[in-house]
This record gives sequence, C-alpha cells and structure tokens, in this order.
Amino acid sequence: MGTALNPSYFMVLSAALFAIGLYGALSRKNAIAVLISIEIMLTAVNINLVAINKFLTPEAFIGQIFAIFVITVAAAEVGLGLAIIIAIYRNRHTVDLDDFNWMKW
Amino acid sequence: MVDFALTHAWLVPLLPALAFVIIVFLTRPWPKLSGAVSIAAMFSSFVLASSVAYGVFTNPGFIERPLIYSLRWFGMEGFTVDVGVMLDPTSAMMLFMVSMVATLIQIYSTGYMHGDPQYSVFFSYLSLFAASMLGLVISSNLLQMFILWELVGLCSFLLIGFYTFKISAREAAKKAFITTRIGDFGMLLGLLFLQIIFGTLDLAGLAERVPHYEQYGISLGLLTLIAILVFIGPIGKSGQFPLHVWLPDAMEGPTPVSALIHAATMVVAGVYLVGRTLFLFSEVPGAAEVIAFIGAFTAIFAATIAITQREIKRILAYSTVSQLGYMMLALGVGSLSAGMFHLWTHAFFKALMFLGAGSVLHALHDKADVWEMGGLIKKMPITGWTFVIGGLAIAGIPPFAGFWSKDEILVVTLEYARQGHALGYLLFFLASFTALLTAFYMWRMIFLTFFGKEKPENHPHESPLSMTFPLLVLAALAAVGGLIGTPWANVWGKWIHFGHPHHGEPNYGLMFFSVALAVAGIGLAYRLYYQDEEKKLAKQLAERYQPLYKLSYHKYYIDELYQWFTRQVVDASAAVFYWFDIHVVDNIVNGLAGATKLSGQGLRYFHTGRIQTYALVFFLALLVITVVLAFGSPTLAGSMGGVHS
Amino acid sequence: MSLPILTITLLAPIVAALVIVFVPKEEEKLCKWIAAIGTGAALLLSLYVYFGYDQSVGGLQWVDFGGPVPWIKDLGVTYFMAVDGLSLPMLLLTNLIGFAAVFASWNVTHRAKELMIYLLILIAGVMGTFIAQDLFIFLLFYEVVVIPIYIMVIIWGSSKRVTKEYAGMKLTIYLLIGSAFLLVGVIATFIQSVLITGQANMSFEGLARVPFPEDFQIYMFGLMLIGFGSLLSMWPLHSWSPDGYAGAPTAVSMIHAGVLKKIGGYGLIRIAIYVLPLGAKFWAPYIAVLGVIGVAYAAMGALAQKDLKYVVGYSSVSHMGYVLLGVASLGVIGVNGAVASMFAHGVMAALFFSMIGFIYEKTHTRWIPDLGGLSHQAPRLSVGFMMAGMASLGLPGLIGFVPEFTIFVESFRVFGWLAVLAIAGIIITALYVLRAGANTLFGPAREEYRQVKDLRGAELVPLVVLGGVLVIGGLLPSLLFDMVNSGVAPILAHIQETLQIGGR
Repeated sequence: MGTALNPSYFMVLSAALFAIGLYGALSRKNAIAVLISIEIMLTAVNINLVAINKFLTPEAFIGQIFAIFVITVAAAEVGLGLAIIIAIYRNRHTVDLDDFNWMKW
Repeated sequence: MVDFALTHAWLVPLLPALAFVIIVFLTRPWPKLSGAVSIAAMFSSFVLASSVAYGVFTNPGFIERPLIYSLRWFGMEGFTVDVGVMLDPTSAMMLFMVSMVATLIQIYSTGYMHGDPQYSVFFSYLSLFAASMLGLVISSNLLQMFILWELVGLCSFLLIGFYTFKISAREAAKKAFITTRIGDFGMLLGLLFLQIIFGTLDLAGLAERVPHYEQYGISLGLLTLIAILVFIGPIGKSGQFPLHVWLPDAMEGPTPVSALIHAATMVVAGVYLVGRTLFLFSEVPGAAEVIAFIGAFTAIFAATIAITQREIKRILAYSTVSQLGYMMLALGVGSLSAGMFHLWTHAFFKALMFLGAGSVLHALHDKADVWEMGGLIKKMPITGWTFVIGGLAIAGIPPFAGFWSKDEILVVTLEYARQGHALGYLLFFLASFTALLTAFYMWRMIFLTFFGKEKPENHPHESPLSMTFPLLVLAALAAVGGLIGTPWANVWGKWIHFGHPHHGEPNYGLMFFSVALAVAGIGLAYRLYYQDEEKKLAKQLAERYQPLYKLSYHKYYIDELYQWFTRQVVDASAAVFYWFDIHVVDNIVNGLAGATKLSGQGLRYFHTGRIQTYALVFFLALLVITVVLAFGSPTLAGSMGGVHS
Repeated sequence: MSLPILTITLLAPIVAALVIVFVPKEEEKLCKWIAAIGTGAALLLSLYVYFGYDQSVGGLQWVDFGGPVPWIKDLGVTYFMAVDGLSLPMLLLTNLIGFAAVFASWNVTHRAKELMIYLLILIAGVMGTFIAQDLFIFLLFYEVVVIPIYIMVIIWGSSKRVTKEYAGMKLTIYLLIGSAFLLVGVIATFIQSVLITGQANMSFEGLARVPFPEDFQIYMFGLMLIGFGSLLSMWPLHSWSPDGYAGAPTAVSMIHAGVLKKIGGYGLIRIAIYVLPLGAKFWAPYIAVLGVIGVAYAAMGALAQKDLKYVVGYSSVSHMGYVLLGVASLGVIGVNGAVASMFAHGVMAALFFSMIGFIYEKTHTRWIPDLGGLSHQAPRLSVGFMMAGMASLGLPGLIGFVPEFTIFVESFRVFGWLAVLAIAGIIITALYVLRAGANTLFGPAREEYRQVKDLRGAELVPLVVLGGVLVIGGLLPSLLFDMVNSGVAPILAHIQETLQIGGR
C-alpha cells in the first residue's frame, strides 16, 4: 500500500466515469448505448465501493461484497434490458429512445 | 257512573280516536259499518261527557279547584312534560257541547254523504277531528293542548281537502293549514318563553306562577310580549283579522265539516285557549286590550264583508268570523263568562245554520248562490223553519239563545268602558253596530233563500230524517240554550267565570237597545229583500256605492294581497335563494373541482414520457439533496437525519 | 352476554352479501329475499339490544368479547364494539332503514344482485361507525361506506338537472374531502394525546380523558367541524346533498339521508365535542349561526324546487340545521333534542324517499307540475307520503315534533332571538311540504296515471315499518328520549366538568 495511492485518485476516477456514464445515459438516443452508459455508471460505483473499503475497513470485505452484488444485479439487468430492447425492436423496428414515449399522459 | 266518568275523562277523546283506528284498519271496505262504528263511539263519548258534565256541575268545588290528573309523557333533566286531564266547569261544558254537536253532525253526515265513495274515510276523519278537539278541551298542559291543536289543524286540512278531485278544495286546504301555521309559530314562541321562564307548561302551574312574574325576573313588557305571542295562535285558529282568510275558504269541504269546523271544533279552539290562559292575559292589560280590539275589529270587518256575499256558505263563514270576534272581545275585556257563553250559544245556532245550508245545497244539487234560490220554505219546511230559528238566535231576538249571550257581551263591554278604559266606548259602538249588521245580512240571506218567489228551475225536496233530526235538536237548543244565562238567574255566570263572578243588575235599557238593533237590521232586510220583489232598491244602492260594494264583495282584497305576497315576495325570494345556491355555492364547489382539474392539466406537461428527461430530473434532485446535506444548514440536515428518532 | 351480539349484528348483512355472491344473477327474487333476511336479522338483533339495554345503569353496554381486543398495539387500536344511549338509537335507525331500503328496491330489475350486495355492504359499514368505540375503527368503517355509494349512484341512479355521474362524483368527492380534514384532525389529536400521556389509546373514552391545550382544541375542532359538517351538510358545505340525493337510487337516498348523514352529527357529539370540549365551547356560536342559516336557506331553496327529490334533499339540509342548533347549545336538553331529531329525521326522510321512489317507478316522473291527483289511484302511497311530509313539518303526534320542540326550548334559551329565525322555518317548511304533497297527491285524477297501481305486497314494508315508527315515536317520545338521555347526559356531564376545570 504505497503512499502515492491517495484515495482522491480513486474518487476522481470514479466521478469521471460516473459523469461520462450519466452523460451517455441522458444524451444518447440509442437504447443500447444508454444501457452501456448505465453499465459505466455502475462500474464507477463499484470502483468507489472497493476503494473506500480498502481505506476504511481493510480487514472486512464489505465493499467487495457489495461490488460483486452490484455486478450480479447489473448482469441480470443488462440481460433483462436487452431482452426488452429486442422485444421493442421487433415491434417497432427502432431502438431510438425518442420513439419510446407511449407512457406520455 | 259519574265517578267513573270523572276519573276516566280521557276516554272521551279516546273513543273517537279508537273509532278512527278501527275504521282505517278494519272496516274501511264497509261504509255502513264504518259509519256505525264512528257514531257509536261518538255517542258513547257523548254519554260519558254528559256524565262528566253532570259530575262537575253538581259539585261547586270544581269551580275553585279543578280535578287534575296526569302522567309523565317524556322528560329529562330540567324539562319534563306531563299530559293529563283537567276538569273544571269550563272544560266540562266544552266536553259536553263538542261531543253533542259532533254526534249530531255525524248523524247528519250519514244522510249527507250517502253514496260517497269515500264514505268510510270521511267518518274516520270526523272521528279523529272530534277526538283531537275533545282531547284539546281536557288538556292540563299547554304543550298537550298545542299538540292536539295541531292535530285539529291536520284534520281540518284533510277534511277541507276531502273532495280531492277539486282544485279549489286542495288550495283551500293548503291555505287553511299554512295560515293557521303562521299563528302557531307565534304561539310556539310564546310557549317557549313560558317554558323557559316559568319552567312548566302545566296550566295549573302557570296559573300559580304567572301572577308572580317579577320573581322570575321578567318585566311587564316581556310578559305582554309573551301574551301577544300566545294570542297569535288563536288569531290564526279562530280566524281573527288578519289571519281570517282561510276560514271562508274552509267551506270547500263537505258541509258537515264546515259545520263542525265553524261551530264546535276548530275555530272555537282559539277562543277556548284564550279562555284557558286568561290568567296570563289578565295580568297584562296591554295584551288584553289588543285582544279586545282585534276581536271587535274582526267582528265588524267580517260583518261588512258578509252583507254583499252571494254564496250561502260564504255568508255563514263570514258570520262565524264576526261572531268569533265577539267572543274575543268578551275575553279581551276580561269576561270569561260572556265569551264562553257566546261560544256555547253560537255552537248551536251556527251548527244549525250550516247543516241547514247543507240541506239546501243537497236539495239544489250544490247550487250555492242565494240570488238563484227563493221560496224554498214551502218545499223544505223543516229546514226552512229551523233555519229561521237560527236566524232569530244569531240576530239577537229574545228569548232565543243568541240574545242572552250577545247581551252579556254588550254589558261587559259597556262596563269595561265605564271603568275608564280609553277606547272602551269605541269597542261598545263597534259591537253594537256589528249586531245591527249581523241581523241585516243574516235576514238578507234568509229572505233571499227561503222566501220570495220560487225559481222554476229549482226542484227542491225536503232532506231525509237523518238530516232533519239533527236540525230539530239543534233548533231546540238554539231556542232555549241561552236561558241558563239570563240576567235574572245567571246559572252560567255562577259556574263559569274568571276571578269574581259577575253580579250585575239586569240592564233593561241595554236589552231594549240590543233588541232594537236586531229588529232594525231584520226590518231593513225585510224592506230590501222581501217587500221589494224586484230588489230594485238593493240594486240601486249597490250601484250608487259601487266602490264600497266592490270592496266588500272582494273581501277588501285581502286574499289578493296575500296571494301577491306569496307569489311575488316568498316565491321570488325562494327563487333568489335557489339561484344563489346553484350559481354561487355550487359554482364555488365546481370551481374548486375545476381548479384541481386545471392544475392537473398544467402539470401533465411535465410528464413527457421520455425516460431520459425523468432521469435528468432525478439526478438533478439527487445533486441538490447531496449539496444541501453536505453544505446546507445544520438544522435542516439534522432534521432530515432525525426523521426516525 | 357471552355472545358478541353487536359483532353478529354487524356480520348479518355481510354474511347475506356473501351468500348472494353465490346466487346466480337470474335469481333476483332470491337475492332480494336473502338481503331481506340479512337486514331483518340485524333489525331484530338491534331491537333486542335496544330493549335489553339497562338505562338505569347507563354507560357502555353489550361490550363484545368483554372489552377492547387489542389489534394494532403500537397505535393503541382495539377492536372495541359497544353501545350506549347515543349509539343505540343510531344502530336501530340504521337497521330500520336498511330493512326498509331492501323492500324499497324490490322492483329494481337492472343488476339486482349487485345492488343488493352493495346495499348490504353499505348497511354494514354505517352500522360499524355507530357501534365502534375506537376512533380508528370508526374511520375505517366510514371509508368503507363511501365507495359503494359512488358505484350505486352511477349505476342505478337517475337525475334531471345534473347527470348522475356528476351527482355521484360530487357526493363521493365531497365526503372524501370532508374525511380528509377529519383525518388530519384525528391524527393530530392522536399524536398529541400520545405526547401528553405517553400512551397510545384510540378509544373515545381514553381520548376524552386527555387534557389537550385550549389552542390545540380550537384548531382541531375546526378541522373536525369541516369534516363532520360536510357530512351533515352544514351550510355552506351542503351542496352535495340535493344533487346527490336526486341522483342516487331510492335505497341510497334512504340510507344516505336517513343514517349516513347522521354519522356527521354523531361524530360531532361523540368525537369532536366529547374529546375537545374547549374547542366545542369556542365554536358553538359559529355552529349555531351556520345551523340557523342552513335552516332558513335550505327551506327557501326547497320552496323553489319542482323535483320531489330536490324538495326532500333541501329539506334534509334544513333539518340538519336544527340538529346543529341543538348540538351547539351544548346543554343536555338541546343535545338530547338533536340526537332524537336525527333519529326522527332519519325515519321520515327514508319514508319520504321510498315513497318518492315508488312514485317515480309508477309514473316515471318526479316533476311536481307533471304530477297530480295520485291519491285517487294510490291511496296507500299517498298516506305514506303525507305521513312523511307531516312528520317533516313537525306535526305533533308524529315523531318529528317533540325533538324539534326540545331543540327550540334549549336553543331559544341559549341563543335567544337567533333561534327565532330557525323556529320561523316551520312556516316555510309547512309551505313547501304542503305544496309538494298536495300538488302531487290531490287535485283531479289524471288520465295518464290511470294505470298507476297502489302499493301492495312487499312494497308496503317501508310504509308499515317506517310509518309505524313515526307514529309510535310521536305518541310515546319517552321510548326514544329516555334512551338518548342516558347516553347524552354523561357526555355532557363530562364536558361541563372539563369546562369547569379549564377555569375561565
């Protein structure tokens, strides 16, 4: 555990990844791209969890366990999300989110 | 028997009430049986009432100490109402008179209503009517009296509107009920005052407490107000001005009903109530003066209307209003004895005349205009001659009943004037002038109806025995019924009086004066409507004083005034209230609902349906919360963190 | 008293509803008979309870399961069913009207099975509010009541001035908003009681013992007044009432005007005044003023109506004004009068609505100018109608008079000339009742109603049951008053005590 490894490095990395993911999730029109962006945000969270665990409670692996949990859930989520997107694509022949506005009003 | 009757006086009203129940639930499909049940009950009740009267009038102790028994009707802390029986000479006399007249009228009705499809119903109503009135008479409590008073009103409503196919009957029934209701409102207020101030509505209790009203912390002014409020009830019920309008219309009912209403029950209830509460009115000279003046004014007012009316029952109706005015006048000047005496004699001759009029209408198939009748006495001798006796009685010719009671009223009024009451002589003048008018219009009607030329288009016939028998009985009573109250041997005054019994010397001058008035009235009618075969003079007079004639014929346009008031004021303001309700109150409600809807419509534009917009808002909100939690005020952060503590 | 009689009474209509669920919908008569048996059983049980209640002892009796059964411990909610002199007349009234309402709907053929089920649920709900001695249970039953009413109005209703959907919606929303105010007040009161005593207790008796501060009482009473006032159609929160009654089917009008409305008055006495006496003292003059305005205003409104149901709708608003006046007097006599008046009005309004329902069924109109002379074809119907009308204008000898007079006695003493305006209402009442009655029933027979048939068979039940109560209650008012007094007197005594301790 070198002194060079300041926790703020992890924080900055995580925040950058999260911001990139958020930007992607909010701005991309393609549903698959949005899904990927969400994955990036989850990765950012995972980095944070693992890193902070290292600095706060090195003996217990709480952060790691949570990260694994998140990965599992993310996998399920991607599976489900892709399935939905495929289903929509079959019906509408598009994966453009702007067309997915049937919930309006 | 007498003891039983005295302790079971409540059976007197109960028997007809039972007859009502039996007819309604059991014997309605069989008219003859219903009639029999009704008359049997009524007659038993008359027998019982006679025993009561015998018991009371043989024991002078009842004058000072009435027999009272009662039981608790309902009650709670601070407010208890007992119902019971109060027997004294006044109520015993009424009990006897009402049950007798009611019995005679029921016998008469078997002939008059013969073949009517609603025969049973009619008898059930008559029974209930009699029951209510008899119950009212023996009431020991003002609330009890008020209740039966209202029931009398209900029965009159049902009976006046008995011919339900007639619009006019329906309107008259409504008018009777609502007009008397206005009076009842005043009376109810009076009763509330009495209950609140004196803590009881028992007649005996009130009679004890009212004279010491200062001890109950009220002024004479308030007591006067209370007395006048109570008097509004009798104004409505006894057809005093200005609430007299329903009474002439009440003749829309079958004639026996008119007789019952006008003679024995409904209208005398008001007079009786004033008589019963005279302990209140005698305390407050102001209120007593009001009664005397309203009475005298009503007497002359109705008499001036009666002289121009054409329908036989309408003339009789206005004469009733006028005679009731006499009774009120007598009570107002403080003489229970004179008022009740006139009530007693009036019951006989007025019932007689109404039943006689019914007999005439029966014979002429409901043709009611006296100008289209004439010479009926030849074909209908019994009806005619009994009617003449009634006419003599009401005009005040001795020795018929009306003379004695009217004379008594004139005597007490004159005494009242001599005691120095400011307008006493005016009262006396009004009373005597009314006597003249009464003789005139009554004999105008008799001459036009029974004498003169026969009209060829009429085919009258004498009525059956069931109808003439009551006429004969009543005629006998109208002839001799007043002899118990002659100035020489005033049995009446000994038994029925308020305060000290009246011990006046016979006033021969006044007697002569009143007979002269009656003779003058009859003579005038004779001159105008009998001697003058073509009635030229009468017509000329009507022509010359046409505005006055019209005013009288149209009853001073009081009905029109009330009609205008109901339509233009009451209904119009009701419409305003309704308008307010659906346009203002409702629109506020609908406006609130509309505002909710509008705000929903506005807010739905935030609901774009695009997930990314939602996500953006979500993250912005998260950001705001994070910033606030991290850098915001410690109290807010603390409170949000402390949600669960 | 081992059997939980009250719970059984409450369950009788529910069981009947469950049985009807399994009856094929073609068997309309069977459904109606089952409903009649269910409500009849409830009626008999409540009569048994009424006459088995020991007035000399007073207080809560017929307690189910021997006392409060804990239900939600953290909130202090208990299943606590019992009756006293205040609840009992209301319980009896509910079952009287419920029983009559089933027979008033005897000729309904459109989805009769569903109607009966909803009706039974409604009756059970109303009954529950009156026998629950726990605030939470009270509110629970109250909410149960609102939903079937909405459905019944929009399916079986009929209306002329407004659509029945509007009427149903107005009725429902009004009651829900009212109950929202009520809920806020109740929850705040409960939390405050926990803060003061440290114990969670939802029973009326428990809450009444909590010494709430005066300011708090005034605010909370205001909220509850809005809640109960809109239920009682207190002016100016009354406007749901005429439209709602006009739109609703006969049975709903009967139950709504007859008993549901009375939950407002009952709650006002049992909850608002009992728990918050200082608030009641503050608000009483305002309640009286609103009551008097309601009396006069609604009477005038009724006078302008041409639709029979609207006449009765407005008239019931007017009568509730009298109830409010009696309640506002805060004296034993006045509150006794108010409770008895609620009972009396319930019976007469139910009879009125059932008769109007029959008139509408037979002539297909409720428009007074189109009607006339019905007494020729339908004398029994006319008797029922006139009895209801006469009771409503306060004719002595019928049930309406004595309670009204009692209210007048107390309110005249307390409010003086303000009460006179309310008393003057009896003239206007006579005017509109007689107009409606006489113009509908009397007058020449009309050709178009020649085929109209009089009441017969099952149709006579509402007339016999409710009319009988009208007469018996009118002739023997102590049957009602002694019971009411045994319930009201302790409540008022408690209030007087609190007001005296409160000083001032």
